[in-house]
Amino acid sequence: MSAPDPDSQPIADFKSRPDLFRLLCQAAAALAVLTLGWILYEIIYGAWPSINKFGWNFLATAAWVPNREKFGVLPFIIGTVASSGIAILLAFPLGISIAIFLNENFLARPVRQTVRFVVEMLASIPSVVYGLWGIFVVIPLVKGFGDWATVHLSGVPIFSGPAYGNSLLTASIVLAIMILPTITAISRNSLSAVPHTLREGAYALGATRWEAILGVIVPSAAPGLVAATILALGRAMGETMAVAMLIGNSSRLSWSILSPSGTLAGLLANQFGEATGMQVNSLMYAALILVLITLLVNLAGEAILRYTQKKTAGIH
Amino acid sequence: MDTIGTHSLDFFKTDKHEASRALSRSLKNRFLTLLCIALSLATLVPLVSIVILVLKNGLPLLSRHIFTELPPAAGMAGGGFGNAIIGTLVMVGIGLAIAAPVGILSAIYINEYAPISRLAKTVRLVAKLLTGIPSIICGVFAFAIVVMRTGYFSAYAGGVALAVLMLPTILLTAEQALTGVQSAYREASYGLGATRFQTIIRVVLPDALPAIMTGIMLAVARAAGETAPLIFTALFSQYWANSLSEPTASLSVLIYNFSTVPFPHQIQMAWTASLVLVAFVTAANIIAQTAFSRKH
Repeated sequence: MSAPDPDSQPIADFKSRPDLFRLLCQAAAALAVLTLGWILYEIIYGAWPSINKFGWNFLATAAWVPNREKFGVLPFIIGTVASSGIAILLAFPLGISIAIFLNENFLARPVRQTVRFVVEMLASIPSVVYGLWGIFVVIPLVKGFGDWATVHLSGVPIFSGPAYGNSLLTASIVLAIMILPTITAISRNSLSAVPHTLREGAYALGATRWEAILGVIVPSAAPGLVAATILALGRAMGETMAVAMLIGNSSRLSWSILSPSGTLAGLLANQFGEATGMQVNSLMYAALILVLITLLVNLAGEAILRYTQKKTAGIH
Repeated sequence: MDTIGTHSLDFFKTDKHEASRALSRSLKNRFLTLLCIALSLATLVPLVSIVILVLKNGLPLLSRHIFTELPPAAGMAGGGFGNAIIGTLVMVGIGLAIAAPVGILSAIYINEYAPISRLAKTVRLVAKLLTGIPSIICGVFAFAIVVMRTGYFSAYAGGVALAVLMLPTILLTAEQALTGVQSAYREASYGLGATRFQTIIRVVLPDALPAIMTGIMLAVARAAGETAPLIFTALFSQYWANSLSEPTASLSVLIYNFSTVPFPHQIQMAWTASLVLVAFVTAANIIAQTAFSRKH
């Protein structure tokens, strides 16, 4: 028998050596996963004194008086839900229309590409610039509308006066513009994923174009449209700067959409820089509520999106 | 296709009811088309309004001094925001220095080493969830781990906040970039006797690099425009920064601060800063989508 083949030696060597690069990559992946837990841990840790002191009452109390250590975020939770809810009401019809417009051939391709480009541009404008624009454009418009509405629609609770420029309605309008790209992009994806055969079938049965769109294509894409709305809702709830600049940051509860209001994110932006003691803990508690709400909303949106993709995966 | 109702009218000449039904279906179809077009073109209004106002109010003050001088004190004229431009670049740089290695290495792990492992699935889910986390929460996190531990506001804290913000974008786009590399390349490399490490470094990464750079530029564009993560981590400063461990100015926080003061000159400077910021963000987005795209 001859000596062991010298060529096999390096291979054996290589195999016994630990793959350091693999370990490095694995560590990075673990760190990426840990980031989310780390964020939650730090926020809960920071909020703990406030959680201990106020408990569930924190969610149900309408008082935010730092110098008397009275903290409750009810108005801000309501403001967050109301502003993003109104924004969705405004943005949903617009977003779906644009998604349908981009998915059909009403106008020539260059026009459609322009609209698509414009919507993508809207997504890239910084939040603080929307805020600045809102201060000088949307606030005067809403103030004008508010002065009119408080006189002519005074019986309607949501239009009760006095009308302010920095109001729930102003913030909602700007939020609606900001979430339009999210709704449009996801809706368009789910509309274009509807198999052509369904549309052709509808036409063959004598449907007009809109009967096909509203009777066949939109219903088939419905879960995707719902997911688009939910994910946009998540974005709207977390949006900070534009809202903080426009909503008036008031902790007073009011039925009127023309009154100042406040959101959780806006509260954090306004007070964190100068907060001390229990105020920091309570702001952390507010941050925890915001994180949990947005995580829940996003998980729901992702789950529906995944369900849709699975369901349509086989059809062509 | 559009007006199938009206074309078939001849067949139903005798049936008046049927004819009017076809007409109303056709009219409804027309009406919805016009409505849809009108709503879609209405989106142009806010964008055009923003662009016009930013240009109209921002251009008059735009000059060389804007980039070299310090912000004016309350009510004073002149000045610029050189420190804020540098601050934004420095903090985006710190964020990138943290987020890019972690994001790209994670992407390599979940695409090259263990694509169907539990860790990979978790990484993908967590990255998706991180994308949805409000940007102000990144600020709260950096406040807790940097500002509260060190005791002062700093460029580091702002950079950490931006890193958390950029991580999911970089990770998810890098994974897509790696998925786009044809497996034939990897097999050819293994066939020539290369190790996995050699294959990743010499074959897979170079091929995926343009797409990875696209993701990085998109993350930079988004981070540069963010205010919420910086507002109580880096705070703001009227002066040039001497180190990374002191309050640092940024363009976005400058816009926020100046937009709410009662001085016309400061407000105009906020518009000029918006112009510079929007120009930077748009340039980064365009570079992301064109410069690194390669035709196969």
